[in-house]
Amino acid sequence: MGEKSFKGYSGKALSVLQKFNAPVWSDVELITSKGNYKGIILPRSETADDLHVVLKMPIGYNIGIKAESITNINIFGYKEAHYQIPEKEFPRDPSKPNVKLLGTGGTIASRLDYRTGAVIPAFSPGELYGSVPELADYCNLDTEKLYGVFSENMGPEQWIGTAKAIGKEIEKGVDGIVIGHGTDVMHHTAAILSFMVQNSPVPIVMVGSQRSSDRPSSDAALNLIHAVNTAAESDIAEIMVCMFGPTSDVYGLLHRGTRVRKMHSSYRSTFRTIGDIPIAKVSRDEIVPLRQDYKRRRKDKEVKIIPTFEEKVSIVYYYPNMKPDVIDSLVDNGYRGIIIAGTGLGHVNKPVYPALKRAQEKGVAVYMTVQTLWGYVQMYVYETGREMMQLGVVPCANMLPEVAYVKLCWALGQTDDLEKVKEIMLTPIAGEITEREPSNGYLIYQGGLPEVEEFISRYVK
Amino acid sequence: MYDFRFKPFEEMTDEDYEKVGFKSGLEIHQQLLTEKKLFCRCPAGMFNKNYDAEILRHMRPTLSELGEYDGTALMEFKTKKEIIYRINRQSVCTYEMDDTPPFLINEQALEIALETGLLYGCNIVDELHIARKQYLDGSIPTGFQRTAIFALNGKIPYKDREIEIVQMSIEEDSCREVSDVGHRRVYITDRLGMPLIETVTGPDMRTPQEVAEVALLCANIVRSTNKVRRGAGAAREDVNVSVTGGTRIEIKGVPKISRIPRLTYNEAMRQWNLLRLREELKKRNITEETFGSSHHDITKLMKKPHYLPIKTAVENGEVIKAVVLKGFAGLLNWQTQTNTYFSKEISDRVRVIACLTTIPNIIHSDSKGDNLTSFEWFDVLKNCSATENDSVVIVWGSEEDTNTAVKEIIIRAKEATIGIPSETRQALRDGTNGFERILPGADRMYPDTDLPPKEITSEVLDDIRQNLDRPYFERIKWYKELGVPKNVISNLAVSPYTKLFRKSIEEYDLDPKFVSRSLTSDLNRLKKLNRIEQFDEDNLEKALKLVRDKKLSHSGIFYYLQKTFMNTEFNFDENSKLLSEDEIKKTAKEIIGSIDDTQLHNAEKKNEITIGIVMKKISLKAEGKTVREVVESILNGGN
Repeated sequence: MGEKSFKGYSGKALSVLQKFNAPVWSDVELITSKGNYKGIILPRSETADDLHVVLKMPIGYNIGIKAESITNINIFGYKEAHYQIPEKEFPRDPSKPNVKLLGTGGTIASRLDYRTGAVIPAFSPGELYGSVPELADYCNLDTEKLYGVFSENMGPEQWIGTAKAIGKEIEKGVDGIVIGHGTDVMHHTAAILSFMVQNSPVPIVMVGSQRSSDRPSSDAALNLIHAVNTAAESDIAEIMVCMFGPTSDVYGLLHRGTRVRKMHSSYRSTFRTIGDIPIAKVSRDEIVPLRQDYKRRRKDKEVKIIPTFEEKVSIVYYYPNMKPDVIDSLVDNGYRGIIIAGTGLGHVNKPVYPALKRAQEKGVAVYMTVQTLWGYVQMYVYETGREMMQLGVVPCANMLPEVAYVKLCWALGQTDDLEKVKEIMLTPIAGEITEREPSNGYLIYQGGLPEVEEFISRYVK
Repeated sequence: MYDFRFKPFEEMTDEDYEKVGFKSGLEIHQQLLTEKKLFCRCPAGMFNKNYDAEILRHMRPTLSELGEYDGTALMEFKTKKEIIYRINRQSVCTYEMDDTPPFLINEQALEIALETGLLYGCNIVDELHIARKQYLDGSIPTGFQRTAIFALNGKIPYKDREIEIVQMSIEEDSCREVSDVGHRRVYITDRLGMPLIETVTGPDMRTPQEVAEVALLCANIVRSTNKVRRGAGAAREDVNVSVTGGTRIEIKGVPKISRIPRLTYNEAMRQWNLLRLREELKKRNITEETFGSSHHDITKLMKKPHYLPIKTAVENGEVIKAVVLKGFAGLLNWQTQTNTYFSKEISDRVRVIACLTTIPNIIHSDSKGDNLTSFEWFDVLKNCSATENDSVVIVWGSEEDTNTAVKEIIIRAKEATIGIPSETRQALRDGTNGFERILPGADRMYPDTDLPPKEITSEVLDDIRQNLDRPYFERIKWYKELGVPKNVISNLAVSPYTKLFRKSIEEYDLDPKFVSRSLTSDLNRLKKLNRIEQFDEDNLEKALKLVRDKKLSHSGIFYYLQKTFMNTEFNFDENSKLLSEDEIKKTAKEIIGSIDDTQLHNAEKKNEITIGIVMKKISLKAEGKTVREVVESILNGGN
């Protein structure tokens, strides 16, 4: 019996199971000093201790039994679980648009992994049709798994690969693209793709879920339906994030890729457009634009893919009492670009100035954004701001810090010439800088106020 | 073997239940008395129907751990319900709404649970694994209940045998349903997330009365911890019933133990009568293989119906369909429960699964009475090619729902040829039960990936054991031996002061009758008379010690406690001993001498009244018996 069949067990628990030759998935009766227990031995999470054996009882519950109390194991058989999402062939209808789903690792449909307790995505069109049959109402769906990484592990390699894959699909004449993605850094990916993929003739919709699809209340299926509906039907040819509007299963919002941000660690309605309003509202049945200034769907295939990236860029979240060595160490480590998320209108304290001067002298591109997220950098209002600009710090208007970060990576990937970099940075490409902030671009209603409570009581949250 | 016919409830004997092989077990849900909820820090026990906001969700079936969709899960998905949750900010946070992951399990709740596990003599598991148990009816916004088994294999003595405690789990409570109309079900969330324990007994009860008795017994055992909630909805029973040849059927959410006997009687009758129905079908040569049915759209036949439900359907542009059940003539009126017939089994399924919730939702040709005209029925039967041997069921509604209904009618009728479908059933007020959903299997359980397993160490268990009084049953036996009055025993056994009682007997050597009455009847009187809710145990112990030290009389303890717990000033010297007989005599004489004759208006009761007046003055420091003797002897002319 190989090591593999005792998945996750180590130490005492492993030696007991080995002693009685009872690998995981054995159908057993554990004889212990406290009583006897029937069930199936399950794999154990590798992060759990090495003292207990996990048993799935016939009623479906799991319990942990202390290995040292086990005096014998009667083995009746072997019952390995096979996960299979009911697979049905995805129906094809020539009159329906063709949508391509590119997977990077989010959980659209999934199963559980015992070893880690993690959720493993299921992905083929057949599997998806088996779990979300509604998708066939909108399109002919093809899928391609580009990556299988958790959101936080997305990086330059995956971004470049995804941009190129998008280019290829557009070349092939697809009518819309959906990108399945983990939610943690979805807004980073949305932003970088907004720069790497320009002038797309079709909608490119990023989607994920806040509640994994192994649970009945998951938002995954409805998000996917919204995203597929958008990719198939909408005339919005932009990079968008499509996630729940409210926490209720009612509608999704289409956020512009450069203005969207994850704003809550766990809410379904975590994605919000910052400093502007979303492009549209999407439900199962319709897509309602909230604005008209979006790029329209076209028949051509004239997409521009610019997959460049400089990895030596950092983001510095300023805090009072920050010491100059924070900046110095970046410069000394060969960083070529620094995005500062400054306080208020874009400030850092004076003791940091010498470090900024040194950065300027070493040819490091330093850009200022605001940690308030809403509002513009304004470095003329105070003397200190003007001093910083003299030290080469470039204000980034109302670009979000993460967006400025990926844009600087992207710009430095194209040229060493800091003037050119500055031109790229300050020229809006996909709405990352807007000329004006509409008054409804900043709405964080304060709970507790009677008028807000009244509003909440009238609509599902 | 199915010759036996159920008699009215009152006439059924134990032998009758033995004939049908009545078997029943309980799943007892009991909320725990904690400050906070089980997996979040919301306050527990705040019940309020008001709400500030609503959330809308749908439930989709998912894959369980062993890779199968669960039967119930699929049924619920067929129903496509919109679920509305009403939320009150004070009792619900983002956890219950499923917008925040769980916090670690409430230790206070777990400790209470473990204590009850020990009281039942169970084995406590070494490591707690929190599972997700799917509920697609929407009663929990996540779509699953977080639950974990913490104890197994206990038992309680009952009559001359033992009732097995199969397992106990700790879990979060679900929402309360407000309404369920059409495709919209509304829940209030105040109860959601409350910690509770579920105790599952073996199928060891043999009559409906036994089920109720064991339920009461179990209720008393957990109440004896004084750490469980009381009052409406705090304890709810699911009752499993089967008869010989039948299936284990679960009746969910019985709110009162007193309703158990009639509910279990009706369920046993339903199963028995469904088995008899299968025999009848066999006689008619209708089996699973030969079962025949057809269905027909009869919307066009209903030109000007007078029967209001169908008239309304026609006016609303809905469709009307007829299902022919071949050879079923008369069987829709086959009795299943008290005043309940096979047609109800069909109607229930149509209501739950096809969401046709306005009753009546079907009519059938076995009761042509007051619905369609005989001319209309003739037309329908002819159009469907139904003969007089067949039954025809008519259903109406939206195209989609009616299609689901037609399928479901056929499914349920066909199931009659097989026996009793595995279902969970809901308890109805009249003692009968109705279909709730298909019985879920083990497939709906999967591990909660949000929370790690939790080791239950022997140190934790030892701590709990140390503070535990002896098991309920041993105590009852001991109380009897001590001569505690019968009417006090059960109150004492579930009293919070059982340990103080033990100390008073074993350490202070006080009279068991006296202590047991003081700790139960006296305190109950104070609750009623003076609305005192909290009795500080230290003060109780102090009073008992004063009695032991002969500084407070037995008969004075009630008055003493009353004054103490009402915080009123009263004249009591903690250091002085009880009055001697001479002192009592002296005081009594003084008092008698000063009694105004008008106080003795009733000459016959002169003695009693005088004793009362004397007692009032010195009761704390003199035993009633002595005062009586002294006063009587003075009044009778003694010295």
